[in-house]
Amino acid sequence: MKPAPFEYSRPADIDEACALLVADDGARLIAGGQTLVPLMAMRLARPSRLIDIARILGLAYVREVDATPSAVRPRESGDPGAPVEPVERAALDSRLRGNERGRGFDSNGASIAIGATTRQHVVENDPLIRAKLPLLAKVMPYVGHGATRARGTVGGSLANGDPAAEIVLVAATLGATLTWRDGGKSSEIAAADFFIGPMVTALPLTACLAEARFPVWPERRVGVGFHEVNARQSDFAFVAAAAQVALDANGCCTRAAIGIGAAAAVPLRLDKVAMDLQGKRFEQAKVGEAVTAALAKVETLADLHASADYRRRVAATLAVRAIADAFAAAARRA
Amino acid sequence: MKVELEVNRQKQTVEVEPRTSLLDCLRDALLLTGAHAGCEHGVCGACTVLIDGVAMRSCLMFAVQADGYAITTIEGLSPGPGELSPLQDAFCETHGMQCGYCTPAMILTAHALLSKNPQPTREEIVEAISGNICRCTGYAQIVEAIALAAERMRGQNEPARR
Repeated sequence: MKPAPFEYSRPADIDEACALLVADDGARLIAGGQTLVPLMAMRLARPSRLIDIARILGLAYVREVDATPSAVRPRESGDPGAPVEPVERAALDSRLRGNERGRGFDSNGASIAIGATTRQHVVENDPLIRAKLPLLAKVMPYVGHGATRARGTVGGSLANGDPAAEIVLVAATLGATLTWRDGGKSSEIAAADFFIGPMVTALPLTACLAEARFPVWPERRVGVGFHEVNARQSDFAFVAAAAQVALDANGCCTRAAIGIGAAAAVPLRLDKVAMDLQGKRFEQAKVGEAVTAALAKVETLADLHASADYRRRVAATLAVRAIADAFAAAARRA
Repeated sequence: MKVELEVNRQKQTVEVEPRTSLLDCLRDALLLTGAHAGCEHGVCGACTVLIDGVAMRSCLMFAVQADGYAITTIEGLSPGPGELSPLQDAFCETHGMQCGYCTPAMILTAHALLSKNPQPTREEIVEAISGNICRCTGYAQIVEAIALAAERMRGQNEPARR
């Protein structure tokens, strides 16, 4: 028995979970627990109470949602009449952010909504995700191991905010929108504003993440690429790069999204590089220069395994590979 | 706390502290010592059990979270007393073990793989057991054992040849 003692509660709904969070400063939510339980085993986390939300009905789902404004969009769980307030962009240290900040993409409103307690292996094998969110489908096999994906949740990974987490990277790259419930109130926030630092997010202490909404690109020729470097398969990435591009009939880029994970305190989006790609075909040398320039001033992390310079260099290399893969994959689509 | 668990098709009620992992509960309260404690923080895979037929880490789950699931340990895999499952047989035949510490978890992980994919490629077998660490064998005979068991289990449902 390695963790410190704690109380265990299993609330019936989100409101009850939030009330338990309010009542106990040291309480934490658990759903999959595939990160939290190891932290508890090492006593890096010592929650006084675990609030198990894994079995709350209506929090695990994958579904397509249309362009209806979120304020009136029916919700599976909770109070449908609860007002949805956009969260003001927090005044954050811009150094943490890197050189560029990403906003959500226009996807003509269509998106895929994933409930917070949806297991990672469900997303990995979901045909809707494969068809509509190829980038998320691509990274899922890299998330932990099969045995941890069977229990780990999408919301847990996002709420944990590890900059090395693949789901976090995809949320930032595609400009996902996250919804949380805090008491009776629902709030929405852009992924770019949600991730503040390593394992630090904008999620209030008394709130429960409810849903992540990933924009779907309606273009026919969409391709994705993903690469990461780690010490061994499925271990934490030292650097990861993700790219999604859409091409026109001539093979020229109509839009692109490029993200770098694990290199800095938060996932980075290289929006300038993506903008510069528009209207062009893939040219390795030019893309390489643009990516290197974009990463030049980013404060990269350094640790025992990888220095800051290594991370910057490898991030550029992996980004170029991911972009090349995305162009090639998009070009294969008729 | 009182928890009702269904382990190897038997309902059991145990009294545990909330911080008791499912692994400790299986070993200490239910005396099912086939689930092994290795790292106890989700890295080594030695504690793998089947939860509703899916391989999961019993060290990364508290016993109080495990009610309502069908839990299968290595003790629940054999078809009858004194008999071995095709996977267990194959592990013996190909020497898919040395010290045996990782073996129950390897077999359960392989069992979950084969129940979903009866004809896995070598790559799929390797990927499936990539979360289970073995420090003795170098994995070659473990992969061989799983492939052999898969072949035999596929043959089981073929009509008898005359």
